[in-house]
Amino acid sequence: MPATQSLKKRKIVSASCDSGTSCPAGVASCPASSCPFRSPRSPRLKLLESALLLGPRPTAGGMEFSELIRTGRAQAELLRGPGAPPLRGTLCVTGHHLLLSPGPQATSDLWLLLLRSVDSIEKRVAGDSGTITLRCKDLRVLQLDIEGVEATLDIARSIEALSSLESVITSFPFFYRPKGLRLGDAWHFHPPEHYYKRVARETNAWRLSEVNEDFSVCPSYPRAVIVPRAVDDDALARSARFRQGGRFPVLSYHHAPSGTVLLRSSQPLTGPQKRRCAEDEELLRAVLAGARPGARGFIVDTRSAQAAKQARMTGGGTEAKAAYPGWKRLHRPMERGRPLQESFVRLVEACGDLEQSMDRWLSRLEGCRWLAHVKEALSTACLAAQGMEREGACILVHGAEGTDSTLLVTSLAQLILDPLSRTMTGFQELVEREWIQAGHPFQLRCAHSAFSHARPKHEAPTFLLFLDCVWQLGRQFPLSLEFGEGLLLALFEHAYASPFGTFLCNSEKERCLCEVRTRTHSLWSGLNQPKEQRKLRNPLYVLNPLAIWPSVEPQSLRLWQGLFLRWTRPPEPSEAAWEKVWQIVTDKEKTEGSQPTVSASEPQP
Amino acid sequence: MTVEMILHHHIASVEKLALTTSGCPLVIQCKNFRIVHFIVPRERDCHDIYNSLLQLSKQAKYEDLYAFSYNPKQNDSERLRGWQLIDLAEEYKRMGVPNSNWQLSDANREYKICETYPRELYVPRIASKPIIVGSSKFRSKGRFPVLSYYHREKEAAVCRCSQPLSGFSARCLEDEHLLQAISKANPVNRYMYVMDTRPKLNAMANRAAGKGYENEDNYSNIRFQFVGIENIHVMRSSLQKLLEVNGTKGLSVNDFYSGLESSGWLRHIKAVMDAAIFLTKAIMIENASVLVHCSDGWDRTSQVCSLGSLLLDSFYRTIRGFMVLIEKDWISFGHKFSERCGHLDSDPKEVSPVFTQFLECVWHLTEQFPQAFEFNEAFLLQIHEHIYSCQFGNFLGNCQKEREELKLKEKTYSLWPFLLDDQKKYLNPLYSPKSQAVAVLEPNTVSFNFKFWRNMYHQFDRTLHPRQSVFNIIMNMNEQNKQLENDIKDLESKIKQHKNKQTDGVLTKELLHSVRPESPTLKTSLCFKEQTLLPVNDALRTIEGSNPADNRYSEYAEEFSKSEPAVVSLEYGVARMTC
Repeated sequence: MPATQSLKKRKIVSASCDSGTSCPAGVASCPASSCPFRSPRSPRLKLLESALLLGPRPTAGGMEFSELIRTGRAQAELLRGPGAPPLRGTLCVTGHHLLLSPGPQATSDLWLLLLRSVDSIEKRVAGDSGTITLRCKDLRVLQLDIEGVEATLDIARSIEALSSLESVITSFPFFYRPKGLRLGDAWHFHPPEHYYKRVARETNAWRLSEVNEDFSVCPSYPRAVIVPRAVDDDALARSARFRQGGRFPVLSYHHAPSGTVLLRSSQPLTGPQKRRCAEDEELLRAVLAGARPGARGFIVDTRSAQAAKQARMTGGGTEAKAAYPGWKRLHRPMERGRPLQESFVRLVEACGDLEQSMDRWLSRLEGCRWLAHVKEALSTACLAAQGMEREGACILVHGAEGTDSTLLVTSLAQLILDPLSRTMTGFQELVEREWIQAGHPFQLRCAHSAFSHARPKHEAPTFLLFLDCVWQLGRQFPLSLEFGEGLLLALFEHAYASPFGTFLCNSEKERCLCEVRTRTHSLWSGLNQPKEQRKLRNPLYVLNPLAIWPSVEPQSLRLWQGLFLRWTRPPEPSEAAWEKVWQIVTDKEKTEGSQPTVSASEPQP
Repeated sequence: MTVEMILHHHIASVEKLALTTSGCPLVIQCKNFRIVHFIVPRERDCHDIYNSLLQLSKQAKYEDLYAFSYNPKQNDSERLRGWQLIDLAEEYKRMGVPNSNWQLSDANREYKICETYPRELYVPRIASKPIIVGSSKFRSKGRFPVLSYYHREKEAAVCRCSQPLSGFSARCLEDEHLLQAISKANPVNRYMYVMDTRPKLNAMANRAAGKGYENEDNYSNIRFQFVGIENIHVMRSSLQKLLEVNGTKGLSVNDFYSGLESSGWLRHIKAVMDAAIFLTKAIMIENASVLVHCSDGWDRTSQVCSLGSLLLDSFYRTIRGFMVLIEKDWISFGHKFSERCGHLDSDPKEVSPVFTQFLECVWHLTEQFPQAFEFNEAFLLQIHEHIYSCQFGNFLGNCQKEREELKLKEKTYSLWPFLLDDQKKYLNPLYSPKSQAVAVLEPNTVSFNFKFWRNMYHQFDRTLHPRQSVFNIIMNMNEQNKQLENDIKDLESKIKQHKNKQTDGVLTKELLHSVRPESPTLKTSLCFKEQTLLPVNDALRTIEGSNPADNRYSEYAEEFSKSEPAVVSLEYGVARMTC
């Protein structure tokens, strides 16, 4: 658990700082701010910058953490659910953490919880003590029994205030300086150029465009995007004006065996007048011209035909058949936004009830519809992948904004088709390219997890749904993914609350403004340390060069117990079994490895 | 083209569907949950096949079953040795009986007291023959309380019987004495549990028919408990509903779960598991003996006693131990396999998946305790296959007496030696027998721990992943490890030998030759070659990479004039049969 690490190993940066400064001392001491994206700072960007620095709640940014901490410490007992013994000691709230330090005679280390990972807090007082229940974003439920009523209330208030700070640059990743990692490491593992190099080896119909270098064409796209060679930057800019949020069609994946491509965008702004855009049409024409001869195209709209039509009333819409010859539309309605969040909340609720009857459990599992969403997502991705691989068609995926279900479909389709994306580095690159750089608004979507009482505004577990689908793929093809459940669980945890900067902000533009890449550590460099590998890798992996077509039958889809029931069941038997698998596999490597030494010691005649 | 074989005995039902343009569809449902669709071009042929299959799948007498003609080319002594492989007397000795409290009774030596019990029964030493005879008259079908499992360490017993003929007020002193004798045979705890595995309502209804359950006031030191497992008819229709749901084409997630819920199947599985846990806790925590019964004491009682023993005793979690367990609690104590599995053309109301439920409970345990069992899922599936196949004699007949009359040991073969010969296929690579933590299993029966057993109910559906078992792969790796280690040892000893010879100054050509063929590179490549037949290779890859046409997410067929390649899927596709 990266969020609860032993304090013995490292020093926590003090949360308090000089009053009056707008940024904490820890940040000021960081290396000089230089944006890796060489973006010129326009006045408009400056404005946005100051908004980000302060955060939506103007008090949070300039305020000292110490003002939010009502009580420094109290005596408490921590209950961590089944399998973990209770801990007793001194409880302490700091700017970013909740600490419990056991008494001097205790053998266990300091217990540490990142406050950012608290999703909801509940307090109860009785007599001269109180109880605080913390529900965490990783679905853990913790209970703290605290001595003293005042102390309980103060600590609860402090946690409440500190766990919901919205300012990015005062968040923990800007203070986190782990031993053994260097700032800036691994950030450049997967820049857009990296993937373009691969595409360029396979085809010359595409180019890397820097039309969005200062994020002015599309604020949610990265600096560089891959587009048809035949279309110039001016045409791209005009196509962008015809697409919601400026998200014009860009290359997501080139499928070399069939010579077809996967594209993504947002909806076209046809509006009630059925507007058209010559450059946008030209762009899609160029896509077909650059693919294998005679290729046709499919537009997979992740909304129902009716919803797409209705979107015209608010200025959106969908591609008119006549305007895009060679392209056909398919509608695959996928749930997004609030219904998806509610589905998540209801599933987690059902998983927390240990007493329910079998019938009740099955009906709640059905009622929450989570597995139906998994099926929808997987089958839409299969549809897109099948269109490329089997029908030799180019596929454009979009919904409305093109930042949620669109990314879900394009990333899953790549996992199905592309063996490289199923490797450890390939998958990290996929997440970086198709989610983080593609502008999935992580900060908005993952602001709260399943326990928050607040009415969801922008929260939606789209990324979790993606991870669940990947888990299903891994279960159906146990040898084909180089990574195991451990990596998926880690990504889930870090997407919602993390000491690393990887999932901060909503887009590359924001990350650039906050200097996330120079002032925080990358999750990838944290995960790729050798000591983490045993948890994250699949010991049984063998490269599978073929496409993996999952079964989407309900009998084949299973609840992801490792995530949803992670904290409610004792983990020992399955963990011990996992350890045994590793033993067998590494034993195999050992015996194989020892062969040459025997042959070397063979006496020479 | 592979030839698909279906045993006639596996056929549960044959259905002729309405004529189509391509021919006459014939649907065969098998007892191992396989569904096969045929299209026969001519309707007349279809009708003939239909009639033949109907006749062939329902035999009137035992002698027509496959086991009586099955010939694996073994001689008589080999066959006999096969039957002697599992020795129940040996098993009771292992448990620690007879001892100062329990003895072997000869009361049923000639099947005079109870026809459906085995000849050899273990009872409390202080229970005299008149008491046994008296008690048997007070129990349905004469099935009086006898020992099923003895816990050596706790000196507590699991006993089994049928319901008492108590009606509303009847008593039987001998029966009361026998129960007292059972509780006295436990030197630690004086009270014992009587578990009625039926729902209370059912048990009460039985009172009107002169049967019923024990009145706590009449028996000293008993604690009576209902555990509410439903009867064979409820279980039969529950499975029927489950299969209907699974057979639906284009099933949605919601329909699947609401179907799973309304079938009640997992609820029943949980009820059986909970009952076994109750039994285990009574013995382990309270040190009390337990008497289990239902109505006749051969369905639910067998489930609970066998599953309880499995939780208590790690021996039953080995391959051989599991065979012993089935022989003891199911075969010898008269679970009516032939009637429950419909081996013969008999009353369909007697058919019920009671044993299947037991296997499913065991599967759930293997899922929860991946290291506690020596065997894997394939072992359970194979046993399930053979309770219906009628290929071996073990599961024919309904009780030991009937089996003796059928002379099964002379005329048929036992399944167990064949499974043991194939043992490698059934080993669980993660099994760690030494781990003390799993001496007694304490499964968690929270609802969400019960899952649909896809590999049982969709064993033959190629389109539902995963098609390969991770365990097989690990097993092979394990094998490979062992082989390589042996090679190393081999080579090292050769080298030593060689060196010794060298120091003697004798280096002959022959010696070099003897070392050469064993050179490690050669040996390694050899064993890798063997390995390529097994999972980690290209053949496997073609299995893992699948065909999108197998799955139903395609929408392109309508978009393109080009039609999808024909799918031959056993479950949903169409196989052509030319006649």
